[in-house]
Amino acid sequence: MEKNSKSKDVKIDVHYLTRVEGHGDIAVDVKSGELKECKFKVIESARFFETMLRGRLVYEAQHLTSRICGICSCGHSLASLKAAEKAIGIQPHEDTVLLRKLLLHGEQLDSHVLHFYVLVAPDLLGVKSIMPLIKTHRPVIERAFRMKKVADHIGEVLAGRHVHPISFALGGVTKIPDIGQMKKLHQMLVEARADFEETVELFKSLEWPKFERKTQYVALSCDEEYAFYDGKINVDGRRLVDVVDYKSVIKEEVRDYSSAKFVSVDGAPYMVGALARFNLNGDKLHKKAKEVAEYLGLTRPTHNTFMNTVAQVVEWGHCLEDSIAILERILKCGLDEEKILVTTYPKRDQWPIKTKAGRGAGAVEVPRGVLFHDYTVDSNGIVTDANCIIPTNQNINNLEADMRKIVPEIIGTQSQEQMTLTLEMLARAYDPCISCSTHILDVKFV
Amino acid sequence: MLKPKPRVAFFEFTDCEGCQLQVANLGEALLELTKLVDIVNFREIMSEDGQEYEVLIVEGSVASKHDEERLKKIAAKAKVIVALGACATIGGVNNLKNLKSLDEQKKAVYGSVDPVPDAIATKPIDEVVKVDYYIHGCPIYGPEFVKVMECILLGKPYHVPNYPVCVECKQNENVCAYDKGLFCLGPITRAGCNSWLPNHGSVCVGCRGLLDNPASDAQKDILEKYGLTVDGILDKFTLYCASSKESAKYGKEFKK
Repeated sequence: MEKNSKSKDVKIDVHYLTRVEGHGDIAVDVKSGELKECKFKVIESARFFETMLRGRLVYEAQHLTSRICGICSCGHSLASLKAAEKAIGIQPHEDTVLLRKLLLHGEQLDSHVLHFYVLVAPDLLGVKSIMPLIKTHRPVIERAFRMKKVADHIGEVLAGRHVHPISFALGGVTKIPDIGQMKKLHQMLVEARADFEETVELFKSLEWPKFERKTQYVALSCDEEYAFYDGKINVDGRRLVDVVDYKSVIKEEVRDYSSAKFVSVDGAPYMVGALARFNLNGDKLHKKAKEVAEYLGLTRPTHNTFMNTVAQVVEWGHCLEDSIAILERILKCGLDEEKILVTTYPKRDQWPIKTKAGRGAGAVEVPRGVLFHDYTVDSNGIVTDANCIIPTNQNINNLEADMRKIVPEIIGTQSQEQMTLTLEMLARAYDPCISCSTHILDVKFV
Repeated sequence: MLKPKPRVAFFEFTDCEGCQLQVANLGEALLELTKLVDIVNFREIMSEDGQEYEVLIVEGSVASKHDEERLKKIAAKAKVIVALGACATIGGVNNLKNLKSLDEQKKAVYGSVDPVPDAIATKPIDEVVKVDYYIHGCPIYGPEFVKVMECILLGKPYHVPNYPVCVECKQNENVCAYDKGLFCLGPITRAGCNSWLPNHGSVCVGCRGLLDNPASDAQKDILEKYGLTVDGILDKFTLYCASSKESAKYGKEFKK
């Protein structure tokens, strides 16, 4: 086979990158061996959630913003509740926080298993989707569905459903989860350990593309635990910043070719997500998850973006064990129903609604990285200003930097078809969620 | 009637993809379904692009000129068109964008740069193509999706319930939200979700759209008991009911 020469022109044009959530294009243009253009375009129709929120009741914010993304709807809901509670001065009870942490684990488990089995595994097994795997690797696919079902079940038991959770509201929950269902959930999670072990074995046998690029990592960090729900902004291990001051760290920029905003920290791209969390907070992982990391050869820090998927496998182990622990605590100590039961909207006798006016920012770690919601609310409970910074938006700049590094490295050794696949795999490693970016993603080699 | 094992394609427009995720979450039922249909395009989980299909399932609203042209092209190949989820059936929360000036919103989000020059007012898909089956909800209710797929395979129409959510809520023996001192859109919203939100202590916000004629078909006993009017409760939550399609049902013009 003829090797691609560096002097050749290469144009790659991937419209509607598949097996990602949302829509995007990759555009790479190489002329006479020189990289002219390397862009990751998000071209989905803008949805204007930030302006939609303005003028709405703060009690509706979590319902509305969970609709930014079906896959991270629990994360959006929780970031929204945290921002809204800070804005109007509500302090949720510790049992509410415990339930929220468990719901968030459910989302990491659900999204990660979807990503590493359904979206990434087909690349490594040399097929185009899981559909042929249903025939050739039936037990693997059944295992993936079983694991996904367990994860989904957390959302169902706690919030009525996983996609667009129902019963999580400002200051508490609208329904106390059923004890019998929680016991069954606990049992299912314990049984899922066996499927997880098989998964680790599968991932041990897969080979990952070689790639190195040192970048900055950003995630929430806290002393008590591997941070998902609480923490300060950890800027690449250099400093910790309060969530409310996120604008002093994270800079947003609009480029005319993409409906997603480009984001930087200290003037450079950065990465958020499982690998960033692992690099910054890996010492706080559950013992079993640490063992999995070691077994899969994931060490801190890792600068190979492709390994983000392996970090997701490691996090699966952590979230599974911590979910079991949280449920055991709830089943042993119970929930303070009086303190956590609330209504979605204020009762009829409290309309027209009055609240404290103020601004609040809330951040949580969702599967793809740290998510910020920031609301300003007036004394009628109406949102007057809103801003959301979404993980995929934060990662796009870093993905472009990765593409600029990898293209010259592979141009002499890979065919155009192989290059396209490598770049698609690189984009998929970020697990990009473009509906989340409130917009689309497009991979185009022009 | 479709030929045996018809090819089914999923396409999404402007939305959160949560309804396709509800389909992916069917798990076992989805594996069963793949015995009866060939799924040829499901971009969220597949790389192949099926070129031919008989059944087209569309998720999301039309929100740009590009969306509109793409939908027409995709629909031209299909024998049966299904609208999946609130964004496709009634415009969903995307409609809220239509309540304000588009130019002002662009300025607020992007400043002086305009990366989305072809954005238009949000539309449900039946303003662009003819729809044969509606699966309402935000997100869709899994069992209803399976029911609709059965109807498609049997060549039968699917009738969306045109009675209020209250009917299901009573069957589920929930305490009425009004008895708990709350407002709820259940009395004027189409059933079919098994009163999903009230079952979990919340209130109906109308995501499946209003009854065809809320003024006459509403759950009157509840409205009368609490001295409420259709307009009175609709003013409380307009997350899904402010679209032109929905507001026309109760005789209101929505503002642009």
